[in-house]
Amino acid sequence: MLKLHYNLEKVSMGLVAAIIVAASIGGIVEIAPLFTIDETVEIPEDMRPNTPLELAGREIYIREGCYACHSQMVRSLADELDRYGPYSMTSESAYDRPMLWGSKRTGPDLARLGEKYSDTWHVQHLLDPRSVVPASIMPSYSWLDQDLDADLIKDQLTTLARLGVPYNEEMIKQARQDLFAQTQPDSEFVEGLNARYGERVAVRSFDGDVSRLTELDALVAYLQSLGQLTLEPYDLFEEVAQ
Amino acid sequence: MKNETDPKELPGADPHTGNREIDPVTGYETTGHEWSGIKELNTAFPKIVIWALIITHVYAVVAWILLPAWPYGNDYTKGLLGLDQGVQAVDNYNQMVSTRNGWLDQFDNDEVLLEGVDEEVWKKAQSAADRLYADNCAACHGEVAQGNLGYPVLNDAFWLWGSDPKEIARTIKFGINSTHEETRYAEMPAFDWLEKSDRSELTQFVVNLRHQDAELSDKGQLLFEENCAACHGDNGLGGLENGAPSLTDSSVIYGQDQRAVAYTIRHGRQGVMPAWVGRLTSAEINLLSLYLSKLGTIKNVESAK
Repeated sequence: MLKLHYNLEKVSMGLVAAIIVAASIGGIVEIAPLFTIDETVEIPEDMRPNTPLELAGREIYIREGCYACHSQMVRSLADELDRYGPYSMTSESAYDRPMLWGSKRTGPDLARLGEKYSDTWHVQHLLDPRSVVPASIMPSYSWLDQDLDADLIKDQLTTLARLGVPYNEEMIKQARQDLFAQTQPDSEFVEGLNARYGERVAVRSFDGDVSRLTELDALVAYLQSLGQLTLEPYDLFEEVAQ
Repeated sequence: MKNETDPKELPGADPHTGNREIDPVTGYETTGHEWSGIKELNTAFPKIVIWALIITHVYAVVAWILLPAWPYGNDYTKGLLGLDQGVQAVDNYNQMVSTRNGWLDQFDNDEVLLEGVDEEVWKKAQSAADRLYADNCAACHGEVAQGNLGYPVLNDAFWLWGSDPKEIARTIKFGINSTHEETRYAEMPAFDWLEKSDRSELTQFVVNLRHQDAELSDKGQLLFEENCAACHGDNGLGGLENGAPSLTDSSVIYGQDQRAVAYTIRHGRQGVMPAWVGRLTSAEINLLSLYLSKLGTIKNVESAK
């Protein structure tokens, strides 16, 4: 047999060079497609980034480790289409940093959860899952009714904008105002929020208490936005499905 | 100078060829290292692994030709088979849906809400309805439609918007206080502007309404007529099919004990039922509506016995 490797091992710099070449091939195959990602992933016209409140909720989703048991990815399999709806498209997580597709489903997939259940249900279910689903094994997140810490929201938008999420200067400047406005339907600032993020943004007191801004407000706003940032997957699916 | 890395110089190596000593038992070459008389075999790489490598590489090349593989610029090579996971998934889904033809399509027009379906069709549809219910409705209305505090019971004969399957279908389709523009709308307003004493009078009156033998106060009666009867009906009998429950039977959603009623009167209630149009097909919605109206009747017949 070839003694190439046998001999290569004896020349240490040669071996280093060979390792670099081999690893680079593997790397290029994975990385090269990303060079053209802007062209290959088409962002739907109606796609919007998360609002500041949803973003804060997303941080709580990450903090509490929701992704460990819930995926956010409807796979392209017939049974999943039947149960959850249209399969997830790349563009839907284009603004997700980091993405939260998850890899394990102890609970159900959440990619199409938005507006499936009422806010009240989400609040009850997060605080005490078994009060609404007796057989549930989800832990209680009873501390989520604490006040939301929104101090870093502006910085967070700035960071994401730098990473390519389309938050403009206006959005960053008004981040705090938008965050509060989304739970106060009667507030004068709702107009600005809608102007920046579109009319389809849900503006409600998500935890049912207008007087306080809680982590529940943020998390439920985020959950209600899942699969609602663009409606294109639903439209495309409707065209091809029977 | 001695070159430590030259194989010819290593212990046990032939000074001319650099070949090592051959182990007489296995016939393998040794590495040339020796530790207190123990030598290490330079076992050859197993052939099966080499073959596995060759085969997988050949497969990869075949796969590149047949399946979508290499990206270039704005596109990628589609492969000779022209397969696409998304298209395949939808095809399989459509195929799966078509196996339901023969019964599910019978629910695909609103006539079915008036006329119902044959026993035969219903037998096939029932398990699908069970599954649809479990997937979509059970989270709020309970596993067997028994309801929950804040979520109406669906397996009894009391319907806040009418027991007609058509009305049930409309509720499922557009929801109540939902984000859909054709949503049903219902709100129990907050009576926080009422005098505290009036509120507690009214609370007691509403609690008593549920108990037939309880005595009803005249003041409560008056307050009720002024503030509540428009939606909840005269004497709280309900039946107006406007989402406001009767207060004399078990239709109440949020509880009818002192505390719950006091809270409801003071803060109001505005429960939300999401809209299912778009998430469920119209055939599925009609199926569920018939299923639920049957659930209600069955239970009603049983409890009447």
